Amino acid sequence: MGLGFLHRHRGSTPYLLLAPGMLFLVVFFLVPLGFLAYQSLESGSIDFGYAFTWAWDNYSSAISGYGTQFKRSFVYAGIATAIALLVSYPVAYWIAFRGGRWKNLLLLCIVAPFFVTYLIRTLAWQTILSDNGLVVRTLGSLHLLGVLGQDGHILATGTAVVAGITYNFLPFMALPLYVSLEQIDHTLIEAAEDLYASKLTAFFRVTFPLSLPGVVAGTLLTFIPAAGDFINAQLLGSTTNHMIGNVINSKYNELIDYPAAAAMSFILMAIILALVLIYARAVGSEKLTG
Amino acid sequence: MTSIAAEGRRTRPNALSRAWAFVLRHVLTVYSLLFFLYLMLPIAVVIVFSFNHPAGRFNYTWRGFTWDNWLNWNAVPGIQSAITLSLEIALFASIVATALGTLIALALVRYGFRGRGTTNLIIFLPLSTPEIVLGASLATLFLHSASYGLSIPFGFWTILIAHIMFCISFAVVTVKARLIGFDRHLEEAAMDLGANEWTTFVKVTLPLIAPAILAALLLCFAISVDDFVVTYFNAGNQVTFPIFVWGAARVATPPQINVIGTAIFGIAVTLMLVNVFIQNRRAKQG
Repeated sequence: MGLGFLHRHRGSTPYLLLAPGMLFLVVFFLVPLGFLAYQSLESGSIDFGYAFTWAWDNYSSAISGYGTQFKRSFVYAGIATAIALLVSYPVAYWIAFRGGRWKNLLLLCIVAPFFVTYLIRTLAWQTILSDNGLVVRTLGSLHLLGVLGQDGHILATGTAVVAGITYNFLPFMALPLYVSLEQIDHTLIEAAEDLYASKLTAFFRVTFPLSLPGVVAGTLLTFIPAAGDFINAQLLGSTTNHMIGNVINSKYNELIDYPAAAAMSFILMAIILALVLIYARAVGSEKLTG
Repeated sequence: MTSIAAEGRRTRPNALSRAWAFVLRHVLTVYSLLFFLYLMLPIAVVIVFSFNHPAGRFNYTWRGFTWDNWLNWNAVPGIQSAITLSLEIALFASIVATALGTLIALALVRYGFRGRGTTNLIIFLPLSTPEIVLGASLATLFLHSASYGLSIPFGFWTILIAHIMFCISFAVVTVKARLIGFDRHLEEAAMDLGANEWTTFVKVTLPLIAPAILAALLLCFAISVDDFVVTYFNAGNQVTFPIFVWGAARVATPPQINVIGTAIFGIAVTLMLVNVFIQNRRAKQG
């Protein structure tokens, strides 16, 4: 975006506009992160209180004690993000290219289910995936229950958790995909076909590359909240499916072990940041900022 | 690829590309409709089970139709106060966050100033931080506040602060999107006709970005009403509707939960349908 047309006030107007909101974010978002960092280096106990002691071992014991949960979080989030991308790309394509005057209504259909409270939606999946529900019976008759489930169950398995995460974050994938597909200049695809590209080639050489900003935005918007989620693992999984979010939640809210929870939060953020940077390098960083 | 091969493809499309065209024409439509069925499946379950007459404490198996849950929607102890609290928080949080967010969006789109990049980063960061980290860090601030002689007890105000915090970025993004595609000539015309900056803002800018402000308000309201994670860390002993559902899920799930879920869904979809209808009419007229 060129800034040439912007008013170049020497005065303080932009800062006055920014001040209240930015001050709020600094005090209640940035400063708390600092407090969390401080707390992650404290040691002590609930009974005697916690004191700052540069306790770096909070980090090492978080990794050695809960490495499985960390790994599981990123595996579940990764699988769910991949499925969400594969499942919603064709639909986003269909709405963008064939939606016509129904586009707004179809987008509404994508967003509408998410106006049912997150927890209630997840509880509904409990019903759907329960042992006498439709999914277990269908998979049973297809002889897939042994592959996807455990001992004849879907509920309380990793499959159920991944299914829940996939469903709950779908709009974060579908909407950015739609936005980038919708902006594609159709004449470019026509040009490719005029230049003797088959429809398939035109898709992979023109349409898909042009939709990459949406793919990148969608995968990040899905993966980041999915990696930190604990509701799906809590309601659809068992303790053997717990993710790092469950551990942070129980450490913070039940065991009142603040330093451990704080250290885990920072490790979670650091891994997410590292993965985002690797991903950005892989697809080209200019795609990230769109 | 030689030109001869390409020439052949042009005159007689090969089987692969014909199959691809068929996929695009029909299978894609069928697939998309199945996708929407999948999206609606849990919602259908929520709605249907709001009419269930469950035998035990859990509302998981169908026992028969009844209107009772709808007629006695507040019969479960604590559910009404939880809904009231959720609505109050969402109302205040969406108004404050949208006001603050609109001002930030105006500054970002309208003015060139030092610190733009940092501002954008601070707006973007909360959107890309897992909720659990947002919740835990804010709770840590409140926990430590006592040792700085500024005791903030967990409750209404901490929930409200948390909700404003995670709504601001959404408000900025929503209003910014509208401001970027904005025709500056209308404002210049107003100024040329003698209006000062404030009058121009109130009479020209504000009405033009009003739809974006309304969209931001609704988005913030929806996000706030739905939030569980950040709220759970900062609520103390206060119970919002999602926290009520969380507590219920452990001991019993009364069908009234489904009634409220269905009602929120119904209201939200009606509002959005009205919005789509108005947009379509405007598009036709305009």
